[in-house]
Amino acid sequence: MNATSMTVAGATLEWSPPDRGRIAMLSLIAAESAIFAIFVVAYVFYFGKSLTGPLPKDVLSVPIVYTICLLSSSLTIHFAGKSLRGGEVLTFGVWWLATIALGAAFLYGTGTEWYRLIYTEGFTISTNLFGTTYYSLVGLHAFHVIVGLVTLIIVMIFTMTGDVGSEHAERIEVLSLYWHFVDVVWIVVFTVVYVIGR
Amino acid sequence: MSTDAIALPGTELASQTFVARLHDWVTTVDHKRLGILYITYALVFMLIAGVEALMIRIQLIRPHNDFVSPQVFNRLFTMHGTTMIFFVIMPVMFGFANYLIPLMIGARDMAFPRLNAFSFWMTAFGGLLLYFSLVGANGLYGAGNAPDVGWFAYAPLTSQTFSIGHSTDFWILALLVSGFGSIGTAVNIIATVLCMRCPGMTLAKMPLFAWLNLVMAGLVILAVSPLTAAQIMLLVDRYLGGHFFDTQAGGSAVIWMHFFWVFGHPEVYVLVIPAFAFASEIIPVFSRKPIFGYSVMVGATIAIGFISMSVWAHHMFTVGMSSAANNFFVISTMAIAVPTGIKIFNWLATMWGGKIEFKIPMLFCIAFLFQFLIAGLTGIMQGAAPFDWHLGNSYFVVAHFHYVIVGGILFTLFAAVYYWFPKMSGKMCSETLGKLHFWLFIIGFHLTFDFMHIPGLLGMPRRIYTYEPGRGWDKWNFIVTIGVFFQAAGVLVFLGNLIWSYFRGKVAGSDPWDAWTLEWSTNSPPPAYNFASHPVVKSRRPLWDCKHPADPDWNYE
Amino acid sequence: MRSRGSIGGRVLGSRVFVCFGGAVLAFADPTQLTNPTNIFAPASTPAKSIFGLSLFVLAVTGAIFLVVFVLLLYSIVRFRKKGNDDGREPPQVYGSNQVEMAWTIIPILIVVALFMATARVIALVQNTSPPGNAIAVTAIGHQFWWEYRYPQLGVVTANELHLPMSDPLHPTPTFITLLSADTDHSFWVPRLGGKTDLIPNHPNRMWIDPQETGVYLGQCAQYCGTQHAKMLLRVYVQSKQDFDLWIHQQRQPASANDAVAQGQRIFETTACINCHTVSGTVANGRFGPDLTHLMSRNTIAAGAAPNTPENLRLWIRNPNAIKPGSLMPAMELNKQELDALTDYLETLR
Repeated sequence: MNATSMTVAGATLEWSPPDRGRIAMLSLIAAESAIFAIFVVAYVFYFGKSLTGPLPKDVLSVPIVYTICLLSSSLTIHFAGKSLRGGEVLTFGVWWLATIALGAAFLYGTGTEWYRLIYTEGFTISTNLFGTTYYSLVGLHAFHVIVGLVTLIIVMIFTMTGDVGSEHAERIEVLSLYWHFVDVVWIVVFTVVYVIGR
Repeated sequence: MSTDAIALPGTELASQTFVARLHDWVTTVDHKRLGILYITYALVFMLIAGVEALMIRIQLIRPHNDFVSPQVFNRLFTMHGTTMIFFVIMPVMFGFANYLIPLMIGARDMAFPRLNAFSFWMTAFGGLLLYFSLVGANGLYGAGNAPDVGWFAYAPLTSQTFSIGHSTDFWILALLVSGFGSIGTAVNIIATVLCMRCPGMTLAKMPLFAWLNLVMAGLVILAVSPLTAAQIMLLVDRYLGGHFFDTQAGGSAVIWMHFFWVFGHPEVYVLVIPAFAFASEIIPVFSRKPIFGYSVMVGATIAIGFISMSVWAHHMFTVGMSSAANNFFVISTMAIAVPTGIKIFNWLATMWGGKIEFKIPMLFCIAFLFQFLIAGLTGIMQGAAPFDWHLGNSYFVVAHFHYVIVGGILFTLFAAVYYWFPKMSGKMCSETLGKLHFWLFIIGFHLTFDFMHIPGLLGMPRRIYTYEPGRGWDKWNFIVTIGVFFQAAGVLVFLGNLIWSYFRGKVAGSDPWDAWTLEWSTNSPPPAYNFASHPVVKSRRPLWDCKHPADPDWNYE
Repeated sequence: MRSRGSIGGRVLGSRVFVCFGGAVLAFADPTQLTNPTNIFAPASTPAKSIFGLSLFVLAVTGAIFLVVFVLLLYSIVRFRKKGNDDGREPPQVYGSNQVEMAWTIIPILIVVALFMATARVIALVQNTSPPGNAIAVTAIGHQFWWEYRYPQLGVVTANELHLPMSDPLHPTPTFITLLSADTDHSFWVPRLGGKTDLIPNHPNRMWIDPQETGVYLGQCAQYCGTQHAKMLLRVYVQSKQDFDLWIHQQRQPASANDAVAQGQRIFETTACINCHTVSGTVANGRFGPDLTHLMSRNTIAAGAAPNTPENLRLWIRNPNAIKPGSLMPAMELNKQELDALTDYLETLR
């Protein structure tokens, strides 16, 4: 049902219900937030409860650079959306590519961090309670980044084949909502794991 | 492509080949067909879970019975509970929501028809996955079979140590998969209700059915997700060596309970709020009055939704929480009784001063009112935590929740089927068979579930495959089992009625009940496009306004 | 058109009779013999305070039920469509703020009253500290039996809990610490108190002060696996003298007896000692029940069978015959070994 204006019983009736894509994405984000909330609660509940094994401050190093990458990607995707709304598809493509690159950089950072933890420190998901909750929470977030990147890449492909135009600006904005959500979740995870938990 | 949702036998559409018709149904994205698929799916699983219940009760008809072994019994109650909640009640409610919401709000379909189909097939697959466990769960030790950990699967019973083989994994995966389907449907319902209403239908003029399903969908979004999270954690424990619920590594068994019941309690409101929606549509029509206190009904439902997220640990009163925590959950549990009671009083006030017609849907709704009142009161009893230190985990709880789910939800479900079957199929149900169904079922229901409270009060715990003689439980268990046969007979009559009426029922016409919401303005069954042009409404009862142009609702709302 | 109003009355009438009659039948005779696990026959302070609360809650909910029930019944009789109906719609009433207010405020007041009564009992049961003369028991739940340890009295036993009676004027309550060796369990002896769960890595505490001697029955009330149904509870409440005598007997190690030396040798050289303890011998396994004073118990297998020589033989030969799915393995012994072993066990008084 799109926005309409019609005459009913002699009076003009403005009828503009909200956009269904946006509502659906916000509902999905609400559901995902609930899932993340449970993992965060588990992480916080198990602070200091590991019976053996390394503590967070023993093995974790704060991923400042990769966090900046991910958070900047929210900026670039915002600019991308603005460009597309203005009809500048080429600029949109550039900002979009930048978003993908920054997101990929974040994943690369997570990957190298985990490599170091597992192979150098010998710290895995089964090491202790901290290991289980850490890898689950950060891993769940990384999984959501991967899913987001897949959708961004699909849009990139369509941009390169010339199938994306300013008429898709609304949909791009809805997709950006998901990406912003992934970033907000990272802010929470970062604070809980690397700031408070250490 | 057919223009009717269901082809009436005898029309030229029925001459499509069987394969072509099957293909239409399997690939459909039409909300009406998906609704019927959900409802049919749920009825099939209701039969299966009903047989499981029958076997449970035969085993318990006398002490030290050996109808089934303890291992089979434990699988039976696990499967019965899991099937009934996830693959009977939830799908049937989603089915009715899918079928009716677009029609009631004057839309052509749900907001996302393909997501709708995807969600249905995810749910359907989940159910098949659960039952595949019977053959596929053997695992390395040959020890697997259907899951036997209870429908709430407490840790650490579900760890690899105590549940070897793959039976628990099938439980987890089936619910994960159908959980994604549930969230998809909930997203669809929210988007449809908020974005697809016809012109003039503000939120304040929407049928209560749409409002209550909106609240239900919100609860699904917030409540099914914690279950998904907990199950991912359980899989991490079982397969990646994680320690979320590993008490040997310092993990907590209690945190599983918290996560599960944060899902589990709102879940029962997900089940019951659509039942309230049915009652709120049917009772006014057969009392010939509008619903009493529309805004209060909406407000009370939203309040129930919110409060329901804060009562979960009343399932954990015996776990050893502090007295402060216990007190908090006592207050929240008793608080939720207030909006629930308000709803009962509003239904009562709707009937008050009306002209009540005892058609079949109304019979079931009246029974619902009495039975839900009792169910709510036994809930209050358990909300008093020290009383729950006896009643919890006993047959009193089993009696209470079956009173809600069977006496409350299933009765309104029967009412809804009899009420909307004419719309969906174009035929009226047989009144005679309907009355036979009603009486058989209500006698069986009360024999079983009234008397089931007593063994609970006499100390009988739940989930036991047999019990000791000499504790005074024997004759009550016997009566409880006898009631099941009456209920089974009632359900068979019900199914027979549906089948008979589909072929031989009287033609229904578009508005057999003289009702007031938009779905009754379409043909029965409605054409695939629902409405030729978008309706425009000015009040909550658009058809009342059409039928009473001199005294329309909008003068009074 | 036939009038349908009487249906409502008949439906109601049958339901009321069935419910009420059942209730009366159940509680007309709450004696120990017919209903040994009746929650309405309390014999200990926690159980009695819960009983008091339950009567209050039942009275309040009963009153609410009667009021609403009568109103519902009245409405379906009085406002049914009559046979001589004129076909007009009744007055369309949309709501009433005063009425809504009334049936919001009154339930809130009822809820407040119920909560206050509940909070009082919660405090009494949960926030009581053990007095100096309290008996301390540690109960450890296993799949599918109960381990009891009396740390200050130096006694370890299984499945049958002995406690001294508590004189209401000079109470000697028992405080039980609840632990678990494997999954979740729950200790429920209805006449003595509400149930409390035994959860691994989550110690709980409960107390009871049984005021009459006798045997109190119960069973595990949290699903714990295959034989959850036969994890029965037997609590023997004795006079102070009898209890002290029992403690004294339980503290004695098993005495050697040459007549059953062969059986003892079988016990100590097969897998029995991996799981069981017999104090005073080399057997000190902790997975299964302590057998030092096996013959002082009336039942075996956590109440699943009476403690007779035949049952004991059967249990050792084929536990699944008594409790299918229990964790006791079938000991592959020949008849002669089985006889000798049983004879030995029969001396563990």
